[in-house]
Parts: sequence; C-alpha cells; structure tokens
Amino acid sequence: MYAFELERPSTIADAVAALAADNAQALGGGQTIIPTMKQRLASPSRLVSLLGVSGLQGVSSGDGAVAVGGATTHVDVANGAASSYPALASLAANIGDPAVRNRGTIGGSLANNDPAADYPAAALGSGATIATNHREISAENFFLGLFETALENGEIITSVSFPVPNRASYVKFEQPASRFALVGVFVAQYDNGVRVAVTGAAEGGVFRWTEAEAALSSNYSAAAIDGLSTPSVDNLVRDLHGSAEYRAHLVKVLTKRAVASS
Amino acid sequence: MKISMTVNGREMSGEAEGRTLMSDFLRNTLKLTGTHVGCDTSQCGSCVIHVADRAVKSCTMFAAEADGACVKTIEGMANDDGSLGTIQQAFQDHHGLQCGFCTAGMVMSADALLKENPSPSESEIRDYLEGNICRCTGYHNIVKAIMAASGQDVENIAA
Ligand code: FES
Ligand code: FES
Repeated sequence: MYAFELERPSTIADAVAALAADNAQALGGGQTIIPTMKQRLASPSRLVSLLGVSGLQGVSSGDGAVAVGGATTHVDVANGAASSYPALASLAANIGDPAVRNRGTIGGSLANNDPAADYPAAALGSGATIATNHREISAENFFLGLFETALENGEIITSVSFPVPNRASYVKFEQPASRFALVGVFVAQYDNGVRVAVTGAAEGGVFRWTEAEAALSSNYSAAAIDGLSTPSVDNLVRDLHGSAEYRAHLVKVLTKRAVASS
Repeated sequence: MKISMTVNGREMSGEAEGRTLMSDFLRNTLKLTGTHVGCDTSQCGSCVIHVADRAVKSCTMFAAEADGACVKTIEGMANDDGSLGTIQQAFQDHHGLQCGFCTAGMVMSADALLKENPSPSESEIRDYLEGNICRCTGYHNIVKAIMAASGQDVENIAA
C-alpha cells in the first residue's frame, strides 16, 4: 500500500478541515478501503478516521424513526435497533462476519455504495434520510450508481434516519464464496404503501422494484408477487456467479420470502 | 509517529507509519508473533485480536487506530503461571488444531464469542466462526473445543 497520513480528529469541524486536503478520504471502519488500498485500487494521500469523532456513534429512536450515527458499527446497529427496528438490526447482524461487524460502519457502507452491499437496500427500502455535515439527502437521491453517491468531496455522513415501517424484512441469497449478497431484497410496509429495494442484482447498484411495490401495496402477500413478470434483465449483473436471468428469478423469489418473513 | 497501547495488560509503544497495519505492528515492531497473517485480505481470520474488547481482524486496521487502546492477543490467553488458558486447553484436549496456523485467530474469536454468549449452541459457534478459516481440521473439533471450553457436554458433537 502506498504511504499516506492518517488523521484522527475528534470533532466534525476538524474532520472536515482535514478532508479539505488534496486526495484526502474519510475512513470509517476500513473494512473495504483497507483491502482496496492493499490492491492499490485506491491511494489516498490522507485518511481521516471518523471513528473518534464525537457525536457520530449510536442508535436512538423517536418520532417514528430510528436514527443511526454515521460512524456506528454494524454490531452496534444490530444491538441498538433490535427492538426499535428489528429488520434493520437483523440486516446489520448478518453483514460480513463478527470481526467485520465490529469495525465496519453504516456511513462507510453507504458512502461506498457497493452494488452488493446490504445497507443501501435498507436505506432505499425504508425511504431513509441521510444527513451530512451540511445537508439532508433522501435515499432516493443519494445512490447514483456503481460506487457512486451524491456525496461531495469532504462531505461526511453524520446520521441516517430510518422511518420505522409496520413490518419489514431483508432476505439475501449469499454468493457462496464472498458471502456478499448475490441478490438481497428489503421489503417494508408503511401506512402509505410498500417499498421494495433490491441490492446485488443490478449493475448500477440498489434499485426499487416498483411493480412489486404496487402489487404489495394493494395486496400484501407473497401470492401478490406470483402474478408479476420477473424484472427486466437489461441492467442486471451477469458474471460467473449467476446469469442476469438467474438474478432476476432470485429477485422474485426473495421478494416473496421477504414478504412471508416480515 | 510513535504510538502506544496496552497489550495484554502491559504498556507498549513503537514507531508506526500511517499505513502500518496492526498485524505488522504486533509482529514486527512489538515482536508478538503469535498473531498470524494468513491472507492479509480480510478473509481468513488468523489475525483476529481484541481491541477495546472487540474481536477485529488486525490485518484490516491501522496500528495508529489502536493508539491508546487496550489490546489483547493470543499471547494474553495463557494463565498467569504460563499454563494454557481454558480455551487453549480445550483446543488441545479436543484436537482443535492440526498445523496450528489458524489457531490464534480461532482462540481469539472463541474468547470473544464466549464473553458475548457464555453457553453457545453448536450452530451459534459455527455462525460466529464465519470469518475464521481452517484448512486442516474440518472445523468439527474446533466447534467441540469451544463448546467444551464453555463447560458444555460435547459427547454428542460430531467427530
Ligand atoms: S490475515 Fe487477516 S483475515 Fe487473514
Ligand atoms: S489447524 Fe491448520 S489451518 Fe486450522
């Protein structure tokens, strides 16, 4: 890995100042960027650790929403949201392995927007709001495509607010070697409708399956999905782990499973 | 930069660059070579240590991030008189290792699991070891050793 400087600020202001340097990058738990830097696919000149920044960690609930600090680790979401938003907690409890969950953070996962990551499905599937050091971004407007988000250089995710649904569930089919989601589906039922977010399947990353949302909004049952045609394979991933057709099929099956287990 | 931490109850310090991995700092600077590096790509878990009481992959964190922290490594698992600690002894008794390369990480993961869940089921143990790879044992005896270390009856565990 190429040399860089590591900064460990304790306030958001200091973190923002440190990130103003050329080619500086925020560091959450490092579970993606460190392996990426080892492969020399990224070579920031400065990493700014957000784990020591006060006010960026913890889970709280109120006003029908669960708020998660940007630097909260997966294990802390799994524990902290267990009673307030069980589907979110269970998603967090099944990311990677225990050691990864002890380091990795929600802000890091969302900012990275890996097309097979779990958290983007929860954020888009819950209609979450992502707060940064200078604005609020709806999940709708946050995920722009493969590893791309609306975040600007030096912008830090301070917290993520998830409206709590009446019921919800996340089901993923793991790629057996990497254990990333080959396809993952997050289904959440709210008073004003159902949201279905799919990760792992599409080249552009997480997306909403609107046909399923409409079908489930009028009839919340696995059977409601039976009548739908599988999602179009046009923008789905095809690789050695599965064809686009296979992924499309999984989207449908997992959506039904998510409804049934919600 | 100079960094300091409490490792297995002792104050230790050394020089590190920003890019120095915790695993390299332990092995090369502090000369604590019990922590192994099997893959260096975050897959195998042979480098698992505890930082602030949490199991982490030391190959996937920077040493400077542990500056000021309490760290526990496999060298801190033995009893004060040097005899094997409970988990280590259980690994020996139940043949939970062959080549031993994965063992330091297995023991550290087991220690973290038993702190969180003092009486885990077989499937909870297997689940918790998702990030620890062993190429020798086939895992059965590792699971058995961890169950035994938790004081449970292991007669009905396979192998
Ligand atoms: S050496 Fe760290 S996970 Fe393999
Ligand atoms: S005992 Fe050889 S890798 Fe586990």
